Amino acid sequence: MTIVQSTFDAVVANRRRRKVKRAAMLATLAAIVIALFALTLSLGQSYTPPHQVIGVLLGEDIPGAAFTVGQLRLPRALLCVLAGLCFGLGGVAFQVMLRNPLASPDIIGISFGASAAAVFAIVILSLDGPAVSLIAVFSGLGVALTVYGLASRNGVAGARLILVGIAVSAMLESFVAYVLSQAPAWSLQEAMRWLTGSVNGARIDLVAPLLLALVIFGGLLLARGRDLEALRLGDEMAAGLGVSFERTRMTIMVAAVGLIACATAITGPISFVAFLSGPIAARLFGNGGSLLIPAALVGAVLVLAADYCGQFLLPSRFPVGVVTGALGAPYLLFLIIRANRNGGSL
Amino acid sequence: MTPSAAHSSPRSFSLRRSNRTRTFWLGAVFLLLAVLGAASVSIGSRSVDWVDVLGAMRGHIDGIGQAAVAVRIPRTVLAALAGSALGLAGAVMQGVTRNPLADPGILGVNMGASLAVAVGVAWFGMTSAQAYIWTAILGAGCAAVFVYTVGSLGRGGATPLKLALAGTATSMAFWSMMVAVILPRNDIAGGIRSWQIGGVGGATFDQTVPVLPFIAFGAALSFISARKLNSLALGDELAAGLGERVAAARAVAALGAVFLCGAATAVCGPIAFVGLVVPHLCRQLAGVDHRWLLPFSAVAGASLLLAADIVGRVVARPAELEVGIVTAFIGAPFFIWIVRRQRVREL
Repeated sequence: MTIVQSTFDAVVANRRRRKVKRAAMLATLAAIVIALFALTLSLGQSYTPPHQVIGVLLGEDIPGAAFTVGQLRLPRALLCVLAGLCFGLGGVAFQVMLRNPLASPDIIGISFGASAAAVFAIVILSLDGPAVSLIAVFSGLGVALTVYGLASRNGVAGARLILVGIAVSAMLESFVAYVLSQAPAWSLQEAMRWLTGSVNGARIDLVAPLLLALVIFGGLLLARGRDLEALRLGDEMAAGLGVSFERTRMTIMVAAVGLIACATAITGPISFVAFLSGPIAARLFGNGGSLLIPAALVGAVLVLAADYCGQFLLPSRFPVGVVTGALGAPYLLFLIIRANRNGGSL
Repeated sequence: MTPSAAHSSPRSFSLRRSNRTRTFWLGAVFLLLAVLGAASVSIGSRSVDWVDVLGAMRGHIDGIGQAAVAVRIPRTVLAALAGSALGLAGAVMQGVTRNPLADPGILGVNMGASLAVAVGVAWFGMTSAQAYIWTAILGAGCAAVFVYTVGSLGRGGATPLKLALAGTATSMAFWSMMVAVILPRNDIAGGIRSWQIGGVGGATFDQTVPVLPFIAFGAALSFISARKLNSLALGDELAAGLGERVAAARAVAALGAVFLCGAATAVCGPIAFVGLVVPHLCRQLAGVDHRWLLPFSAVAGASLLLAADIVGRVVARPAELEVGIVTAFIGAPFFIWIVRRQRVREL
């Protein structure tokens, strides 16, 4: 009896230790996000002391600082955080649902679907605001369903899904290039936004819609977090645990595509954030608990840090997507090399 | 081939073609190329009638029609040349890797060439055509070796999925590096942008002539390798059993493909999917024998790129669509079709 009791105690203690460790890690990540946010607000081309930053945030009108912090840095920092959260959440939802790190929205074409729709709506239809986001969400969903449908033949195989996604991405990327070439005033910066993602030209009025999208779709996703965990065990297992996986899968797909598409409609498809966040979070947190919130925070850290690097730490200014792209593509290669070495299928 | 062997591989059996059929189809493809070439000089944002086309062919530049044709002739020649190089390179790559998804674009070889050219222009101030071509070939070679190494790690060697993934990831990595290289340089960004989508517009004979020897060399290496590619198609062990030095045969054929891709990319930018589509179509006409497949692919590649260029000029009138965009729209559905047709375990 005592042996059982002591084992039981050990398991409980172990579980508690893991919980504490997880909470500490989450707190650390959140602290990094806040620190990077504060850095973006106070230190740019010029330095703004913290009390002035706080003053501006509280609505004081401080000459100089009110413009740099309130008009330039605050919208940018907010967009970085929100976009990072959206990409991280949406990406990890796909990766967990399809049980494949390569099945992230930016590799299987969903991000480019949203980007193509957004750039089409803006350049050709001259729309802006919520209409663009709506169109992006619907075409993101359309692309997701198309890729899924094309990849399914006697069930969806991971390999086929990814290859079909690659081909669809190639087409959509060409479409973006075409639409951009039709634009009246072609600028490389604008093109970069729709091809790799950029937060240049952030405005405060772009923040509210993205926040709304994060609350709605992110909330939906978190509410389904438990079912997502069950899906990770495999379809049969999930069904055994009482999860109706068709409906769950549909809900999760809508939520994840909504997150990705809304963020893409505003910042463009910031390369590889959706792809990188999940695996990094898994590396940090292990495979124990849900990866949704950790991946979201990792996404925010990635976008904030990459944008800061792109603006100030590199010899010339790069949009955030170029920095994350230069980071993400080698990691993708590393993942492929490791998977090939181990002889496992991806 | 004994009857039982033929029976056990019905696909290759169904793709055997008599020489008469092949000659007939080769003639047909040549005819198609001629028709497309003629269409390419007469169709565009301004259609030109035959009198003016013939006049311009004789070197007259009287009136807008003849002037338009005079501009379109080098463009047509370049499209045909680049198309045949890419089609041939695709066929060779599919033979060397024994991979139905091999294509200079998908395997990242064209992107490697582009990155090398971008670096050469931005950092070393390269201007001469010769320098462009050599750099592009160097970049293409490095990319090919790298992608093949990554893709063939681990169990099962270079499977189509692993190669395609390695190629795509490498392309993405090269693309972001290329953007990082060109973005700070506003002075060269405009020129590189139009080149980087992949286009043949604004071509001149001065640009085209320097690549000729390189394409000829690549084509020669490829054609020499045709018989060896047939042996390789049987599998490495059987090919070795037939007395083939497998590694050497692969290397020679791949070098030919690299020269072809590098030269084509140096003038036209990275054009994807031509090398994928063409050999598959040609296999339906010419069968699996590389001695026929390679010439077929060269001619059909030229036709495909010409057709894509004409489509690009017609759909977006009065503007033009770069040929690289059109080929992506033709090629990507084709790629999906091949992926769907394959059984999963073969990927």
